[in-house]
Amino acid sequence: MKKDIILAGVGGQGILSIATIIGFAVVKTDLYLKQAEMHGMSQRGGAVESHLRISDKEIHSDLVPHGRSDMIISLEPMESLRYFPYLKHEGWLITNITPFVNIPNYPEMEHLLKEIKGHKNSIAIDGDAIAKEIGSPRSMNMVMLGASAPFLEIPFEMLEDGIRAVFGRKGEDIVKKNLDALNRGRDFAEKHIKK
Amino acid sequence: MDKLLLLGDEALAQGALDAGISGAYGYPGTPSTEIFEYVQHSKEAAQRNVHRTWSANEKTAMEEALGMSYTGKRALVTMKHVGLNVAADPFVNSAITGANGGLIVAVADDPSMHSSQNEQDSRHYGRFALVPVFEPSNQQEAYNMTFDAFALSEKYETPVIMRLVTRLSHSRAGIVRTNQLKENKINLPANPNQFMLLPAFARINYKNLIEKQKFLEKESENSKYNVYHDGKDKSLGIITCGLGYNYVKENHVEAECEYPILKICQYPLPRKLITKIVDECDEILIVEDGMPVVEEWLRGYLDNCLKIKGRMDGTLPRYGELDPARLRTALDLEPYPIKEVPTIVKGRPPELCKGCPHRDTYYALNEAMKEYEPGHVFSDIGCYTLGFLPPFNAINSCVDMGASISMAVGAADSGLFPSIAVIGDSTFGHSGMTPLLDAVNSKSNIVAFILDNSIVAMTGMQDSAVTGRVEDICLGIGVDKEHLRVINPMKSHHEENVKIIKDEINYNGVSVIIPRRPCIHIVAKLRKQK
Repeated sequence: MKKDIILAGVGGQGILSIATIIGFAVVKTDLYLKQAEMHGMSQRGGAVESHLRISDKEIHSDLVPHGRSDMIISLEPMESLRYFPYLKHEGWLITNITPFVNIPNYPEMEHLLKEIKGHKNSIAIDGDAIAKEIGSPRSMNMVMLGASAPFLEIPFEMLEDGIRAVFGRKGEDIVKKNLDALNRGRDFAEKHIKK
Repeated sequence: MDKLLLLGDEALAQGALDAGISGAYGYPGTPSTEIFEYVQHSKEAAQRNVHRTWSANEKTAMEEALGMSYTGKRALVTMKHVGLNVAADPFVNSAITGANGGLIVAVADDPSMHSSQNEQDSRHYGRFALVPVFEPSNQQEAYNMTFDAFALSEKYETPVIMRLVTRLSHSRAGIVRTNQLKENKINLPANPNQFMLLPAFARINYKNLIEKQKFLEKESENSKYNVYHDGKDKSLGIITCGLGYNYVKENHVEAECEYPILKICQYPLPRKLITKIVDECDEILIVEDGMPVVEEWLRGYLDNCLKIKGRMDGTLPRYGELDPARLRTALDLEPYPIKEVPTIVKGRPPELCKGCPHRDTYYALNEAMKEYEPGHVFSDIGCYTLGFLPPFNAINSCVDMGASISMAVGAADSGLFPSIAVIGDSTFGHSGMTPLLDAVNSKSNIVAFILDNSIVAMTGMQDSAVTGRVEDICLGIGVDKEHLRVINPMKSHHEENVKIIKDEINYNGVSVIIPRRPCIHIVAKLRKQK
């Protein structure tokens, strides 16, 4: 088993929580994990990425090699395309489609969607809309984690345990909403694959 | 045993706690910050009452750690690479005094300058000061090495550098804790003159330090961190330093590397092992993250003895951090097929947060400066450096901690008017007070903005050393009370703030303006405290 994942988004959207939850799940197993992230000035409103590598054999590089990523999980549509050089041709592109516009030259949405759908294996999901539907707009990142769950080869219950552990101190309601978001994301992805 | 999921920074910190430190000292700086923060938030450190308060700057941190080492206890001091420049004086001299209790200087370098002004390599400092360097290649090594580094430090009475790079500092992996040592008790130096660097004693210590080197070299030769992996094909030998090893291995996942590899993670360089690989192989490839430090040493000035490939001949890029793809090219392996980034993707630089007080300060400053040509504002290291970017375009320099005020002084001496400095509260505490003293003493015609957001924001909300005391400090330094102005950086105060700034620009002398409003990320926390 080997999964090389790029997490992408804009500083503040919550990619690190995704990494933390997967990390929490994996560290309890015999699998190896490396997860490289960006801190410091690079966080503020700018493009952020995290490299997450899971394997049943020892992992050497902290960085995913170019052209070797099995999956991009992106919380923002334009950001999902920025990391194409990492993605295998048959790799999965799983992205939220609500744009985060904080630059004057942000591209047209239809052009972005064309590029996203032009990739062989892609799942475009309105994570923000689903998070709002369940009354928890800030759980968009967990919707996206859910949407990637069918491809992760990590037992779903372990991701749920991860959410309980990471959000536990914020109260039962927050945990419940994030679990809900996770499930909704997974349901969307599974339906999409069946199509 | 359960694994802990830790950043490289945190693994080093856990190692230091388990190796029995009595104190951690440091100043925040990406990518080193999380080393200290881990100790600071550790329950164990709290129970043991390990010292864990941020210092005013890296120099005071280094000296405080040296003071703890003097007493015989183990100390850890943390900083980013450019922080070691600030601490260079005590650091270099700590090699001459030597350590008593174990002393680790943990320095995190930033190849590719993700969050820094340069990509200097701390291994140069190790060689310069004759201090051994440990350079972990992974998180577990960062943990394990801390024990060995303290042991070496106490055995040879020397400070030891532990050099991390961004990619290890900020990457997580599972760590297994191995051991827990007791802290040392107070035990002053056996030689009462050890820390007395009067020339007569310094000469003796320096001679001892030079003599120590052959023993340290022997330690490197026998170190479990410097390992020779044999290979059948001797047409090439690969010397890897620190993380470089991982990128070579990453390109040999399917098949074992056919070339011999010498993995180096402890310095001074292991002479015997280097000689062995150089003698056995036709050509040498040197793989190091950061500057071509080992490559320069091995090439020598004339560069005419060995066939060496590395960063200096273009086999690897001359600067910037390494990655698996760069190694792939260097190893002549077929690159993996790569999808291009679509051209519609635009850059998304970091920005000042919505609601950030610095935004309002810059809007007011820009308006007050409208009547002058651009090029008058010297800034510093912090979130406010983002004021360089549109829509602000408000500042013209960012050099090193504290340089805003000193450069404004020099520019005013040249006749530049107005000459403005913009510095944050914590940076002011770090290195801004002494240049302000210069400004007062020479009656410089400058306006210094001290942006007081009550926190070290850029590195992730550490306590600022001067919170609540900025005015008192300025007055103590000798700033005229009439020209020490506190403003509220809010839209609703804009007109008033512009007027105050204009008035102070027109005052011929030192003015200090303190725009004061907490960082938006701590507002909720401050409310709770009330």
